[in-house]
Amino acid sequence: MDLVTLTIDGQRVQVPRGTTILEAAEAAGVDIPTLCYLKDINVVGSCRVCVVEVEGAKSLQASCVTPVGEGMVVRTNTPAVREARRTVLELILSNHPFECLTCVRNGNCELQALANRFGIRDVEYMGERATFPRDESTPAIVRDPNKCILCRRCMSVCSKVQTVFALAPNGRGFDSMIAPAFFDDLSNVACAQCGQCILVCPTGALSERDHTQEVWAALADPRKHVVVQTAPAVRATVGEECGLPAGTLVTGNLVAALRRLGFDRVFDTDFAADLTIMEEGHELIERIEHGGRLPMITSCSPGWIKFIEHFYPELLPHLSTCKSPQQMFGALAKTYYAEKSGIDPRDIFVVSVMPCTAKKFEAKRPEMTSSGYPDVDAVLTSRELGRMIREAGIDLGAIEPEDYDLPLGISTGAGAIFGATGGVMEAALRTVYEVVTGKELTNVDFEDVRGLAGVKEASVDLAGLNVRVAVAHGLGNARKLLDKVKKGEAPYHFIEIMCCPGGCIGGGGQPIPTNDEIRARRIDAIYREDRGMKLRKSHENPVVQELYREFLGKPLGHKSHELLHTRYTARSRYVV
Amino acid sequence: MRMACEECRCSAEITQDKWEKLDEIIAKYKGRPGALIQVLHEAQELIGYLPREAQVRVAEGLDIPLSEVYSVVTFYALFSLKPKGRHQINVCKGTACYVRGADRILEKLEDTLGITEGDTTSDGRFSIEVVRCMGACGLGPVIRVDDDIYARLKPDRVPEILKKYD
Repeated sequence: MDLVTLTIDGQRVQVPRGTTILEAAEAAGVDIPTLCYLKDINVVGSCRVCVVEVEGAKSLQASCVTPVGEGMVVRTNTPAVREARRTVLELILSNHPFECLTCVRNGNCELQALANRFGIRDVEYMGERATFPRDESTPAIVRDPNKCILCRRCMSVCSKVQTVFALAPNGRGFDSMIAPAFFDDLSNVACAQCGQCILVCPTGALSERDHTQEVWAALADPRKHVVVQTAPAVRATVGEECGLPAGTLVTGNLVAALRRLGFDRVFDTDFAADLTIMEEGHELIERIEHGGRLPMITSCSPGWIKFIEHFYPELLPHLSTCKSPQQMFGALAKTYYAEKSGIDPRDIFVVSVMPCTAKKFEAKRPEMTSSGYPDVDAVLTSRELGRMIREAGIDLGAIEPEDYDLPLGISTGAGAIFGATGGVMEAALRTVYEVVTGKELTNVDFEDVRGLAGVKEASVDLAGLNVRVAVAHGLGNARKLLDKVKKGEAPYHFIEIMCCPGGCIGGGGQPIPTNDEIRARRIDAIYREDRGMKLRKSHENPVVQELYREFLGKPLGHKSHELLHTRYTARSRYVV
Repeated sequence: MRMACEECRCSAEITQDKWEKLDEIIAKYKGRPGALIQVLHEAQELIGYLPREAQVRVAEGLDIPLSEVYSVVTFYALFSLKPKGRHQINVCKGTACYVRGADRILEKLEDTLGITEGDTTSDGRFSIEVVRCMGACGLGPVIRVDDDIYARLKPDRVPEILKKYD
């Protein structure tokens, strides 16, 4: 390898040619502050917070975009560097509202942290401030452009990773703002509501629409029977909101905390995930056996659903008609569970704890009322639940673990792995294999579909039929598969698509920060959960079996179609 | 607040003939890298400005996100989101004209016509736009009405100049 030797703050460092000063410093254990920089995604050198002195250079250099050179002498902590960084921060702050105390990112804001690190005590350049209206037009994402520092991280993730292009710089100079085209509301453009922009926003310019007050109100209302469902991915992430390291599994602690918050029943979306596998698995078998539209594509990720509705409406018949586990759960909570427990469904308030902002959009879709009521009443992201747990003063790490309630809290490892990319596929294969072949699947681990590769492929022999499957996560990767499907070049029977990189553990409602290293740790936790379960195949879930016996009849039966399946809407790419 | 959205919400009066010509422009440049600015330029020459509908057509035709098209349109002062008047008034606010009183000329124009910079009079007669340096710094302050240059201008002369254009 072609190595370059340079000196950073007096230390000799050897790195491959092409490395940036920022990366070289990181390798040498020197911490250069950054703000607009987002590894691999937004490397533009625009904020100038990462400037350093390079001997012989006329001016300070942005370390995130300056490649190292042989014999380079770099200083990261000189009076000139500190002064430049402070000036940059003061200029940013001069056009930033000082609302830290009431900001959703108070305590977890990169700008706040830098202002603190550089000891900014007053801002010299107080002048005119740009004012833009808050955009609360969507059920999922709130934009507060006044807190935007124009770093373009949101726009980069939206265009490069998700290929949605909902956001771009509008206008110029002092009037410029990162916004949907024509300064339009987010609800008027083709946005997947995935919330990846929120995950990368360094400030509070982008956040989830907060449902905590509605949930507190329901919990305090004695007439309401408040049930909560926890998404598969949440047990591997909520810990981070409560100070635990990434990858800590908090399943039982989470159940206990939710009970402590006052929920009447603590149920599990994993149960509904098992049910989804029963419906979706049989749908796949039926499509294969009866010449239905193939490849069939999964439908549990609502950001993905909104994406295909906007960008590939002609492929909608490929989608499984199954509702997502969240919505299946809601529909059953207000029918099956209401009946079984003798509670009037109008008094049942269903709360979901989700890794996802698009779930908030999904819950508000007009078709999601098959129980006769809104199937899901409020959706909390992992971050919002974290806030509620902290507000209540519950120590999530220390609380004694408890078990989920019966009946909708019983699940298998197959339900748990829905939280990671490839998990739905793996769960489906575990069930479809046994249903089709009638034989026991001894090795349930389908390693080929796991991990962070953008597009994964596998094939499985099902009684002589070689079933080919593919998995994509992140909408940019989804596009690669969809373009193949469109050209008729996708040789697959079944495709899993998750909107967010890494799957739900990387969802737009997850703790900030979320990056690949953290994603990998969360994924490990998900598979740990699976391995620790007694049952690891959805069709072995005894409550799912009972549900079919007592209530639904059979998979794809009449009642299933009524409650558990849905339809999709073709949407425009331009004006919504 | 400074936003351009209300104005470009208007339904463009683009005739069938112009739509066809716009499609020809798009077809001519489609697939060429860096085509966007050239297409927008020709589209504006054709229609007079760049209404939302035209930008959507360009986005669709070139397979470029609408957000990127609008971003480019609002970055370059050359592009206009609003219909232009029959007569275009450019007021130079380059450094030389600025120090020699371009502000007072602009103020007089705005007062006389009852519009602000960037707007068009309701009768469609005039548009005012501020430009940066016309290369006539020795003659400042300078304005241009269509192709006529007015140099070393005093605010009092503005009404009589405007009378020449109908």
